[in-house]
Amino acid sequence: MTPAVKSSAAVQQSDVVLRYLRPHKKFPNLWCPGCGNGIVMSSLVRAIDKLGLAKDNVVLVSGIGCSSRMPVYLDFQALHTTHGRALAFATGVKFARPDLKVVVITGDGDCLSIGGNHLIHACRRNIDITTILINNYIYGMTGGQISPTTPSGSVSTTTPYGNMEKQFEACELAKGAGATFIARTTVYHTSQMDRMITEAIQHRGFSFVEVLSNCHTYYGRLNRLGQATALLRMFQEKAARGKAKSIIDEESKDMIVTGVLHRDDEKTELCDEYQKLLDSLSKGKA
Amino acid sequence: MTTTKHKVHVLTGNEAVATAAKLCRVQVVAAYPITPQSSVVETLSKIIEQGELKAEFVTVESEHSALAVCIAASTVGARVFTATSANGLAYMCEQVHWAAGARLPIVMGLANRAMAAPWSVLNDQQDSMTMRDAGWIQIFCRNNQEIFDTFVQAFKIAETVHVPVMVCYDGYILSHTVMPVEIPAQESVDAFLPPYKPHTILDPAHPRNLNPVTLADPRRNGDGELCHGYMELRYLHQEALLNAPAVITAVDQEYGKAFGRSWGGMAWGYQAEDAEILLMAAGSLCMEASVAVDRLRQEGIKAGVLGLRVYRPFPKKELIEATKNAKVVAVFDKSMSYGNEGPICADLKAALYGSGSAPIVHGYITGLGGRDVKYRHLMDAAKTSLTAANNGISTKASEWINCQI
Repeated sequence: MTPAVKSSAAVQQSDVVLRYLRPHKKFPNLWCPGCGNGIVMSSLVRAIDKLGLAKDNVVLVSGIGCSSRMPVYLDFQALHTTHGRALAFATGVKFARPDLKVVVITGDGDCLSIGGNHLIHACRRNIDITTILINNYIYGMTGGQISPTTPSGSVSTTTPYGNMEKQFEACELAKGAGATFIARTTVYHTSQMDRMITEAIQHRGFSFVEVLSNCHTYYGRLNRLGQATALLRMFQEKAARGKAKSIIDEESKDMIVTGVLHRDDEKTELCDEYQKLLDSLSKGKA
Repeated sequence: MTTTKHKVHVLTGNEAVATAAKLCRVQVVAAYPITPQSSVVETLSKIIEQGELKAEFVTVESEHSALAVCIAASTVGARVFTATSANGLAYMCEQVHWAAGARLPIVMGLANRAMAAPWSVLNDQQDSMTMRDAGWIQIFCRNNQEIFDTFVQAFKIAETVHVPVMVCYDGYILSHTVMPVEIPAQESVDAFLPPYKPHTILDPAHPRNLNPVTLADPRRNGDGELCHGYMELRYLHQEALLNAPAVITAVDQEYGKAFGRSWGGMAWGYQAEDAEILLMAAGSLCMEASVAVDRLRQEGIKAGVLGLRVYRPFPKKELIEATKNAKVVAVFDKSMSYGNEGPICADLKAALYGSGSAPIVHGYITGLGGRDVKYRHLMDAAKTSLTAANNGISTKASEWINCQI
């Protein structure tokens, strides 16, 4: 066998990711071959590397699900918590240590179903946490059950004849609840994802990045959508980058609107407000 | 006994649960995915959507909501079912207490799994033990046939005693292994388990306020009737559980007459009559203990199994009777009451205290978080206990089997 020749750029890129993996631990990973979670993990690493953040100053918090395994593989501060509660734990971390960068890795089941309440309240508070929601339309880890983003009509192991419920529009939900940075991208659009995650981490306030990802093992197979590449091609074909002005654009209903969907730099951040309150109270005492 | 043919299927524990729920004609199922329970509700959703069972399947956003849906459906008179494991049960906790306090005959399948942290998806029985004081009936199963049969019995028990029933079976060890399971015909199950006649149905013609805020002392309601206070309601709940062993035993015997199999009511024995040492456990561990007992007998040691089938209500009377001729009882707990000892061991000691019968009781902690338990471990423990008892050592600290520390 001749070794695959990699371009120097590709070698550099994979080196960056390797530098941030937990050495000699937790591998091989739990994800299926071709899973989009690895693409998001690499993108997150590149974003953090670009921003020059010290490893120990970054806290990854997750709940339960395939995507929530990510903090286990990366060499940052990590909290692998209970199902749906990543944002509640992350809020505690950020409030106690506002100097740390807190990133929540979550999935559609974890974030929108069992943890939906925590999401809306984290958005409402505008606390400086970056949430990366990897939306693969299904519960992967437990075996392909319906999730709140499973499209109507789609097959899952708990809706073997099609889902009759309506799906959540995660970015709309975050916007309505008060998040101040909202972006959507897909695992096909890696350079866009790098930018979105970088901007989200830089944003002071609650930032929410929805990454549409492929679960070919369950969602793809049960709905006869093909392997990982077929699902990536679907993301490529359906993505409407820059074509839509708002999140819901009638003309682009069947398209996936990507990019920064909402941004508000005016709204004050929770930890800043809290500090102001503490400062004013201590002044009063003095 | 009906002459209808009973078929033998090769089923996983989870499939046995789903098949039992189908034959019991449950009307509402609500559940949330959690390993290792998930395939119960996957199988049921398929059965329901294929039209084989006329029931509502509600896909909820959490376990808390799953049991809330079951509570509501049971309140309006439906026969309901849910299933979960470990952290799912823990997340249900508030509703677990509610279902019991509201005296609803809900039946839940619990594929026993270790509690986090740290995360484990593997088997022990910490999850059910954590809920033991909620006021449910808890029945442990030793194989897939018992799981099926116990579910059919559970609805009858729940609907007679008006207390919810948790049918506990070891995750993976039973939930994901296949065994031959005899499935009775629908007519036979129908004859054994008639449709549920609700005792607190909400009826628009007779509106009621169920489970209102109750003050410390009994008070008169709007119609001038003196109503129970909180403590009286709790006393009645306890009384129902104390009377439940008679019902559980009778239902098991009736099941035996109808289907040719009964499982020992509250507790059962294997080679126990003349045993000097009894190996006591709940669930599939009892089967391992039976192998250990056979080997011990080959070595000339008079050993027997004491299988705990029902953990709540705790079968004090049956256990005092079952242990009265034994020199020593080795209790194998697959859970821990942290800061004390294994819960089954502690409860057995409490049951024996003051009964006049006083075998030596030794506690062993085993199989936590899926740690393999071999019959050899149980044999070694039994021998240790017997030697200690022969040397007059009546008490010793709980020993952790195969804990490599």
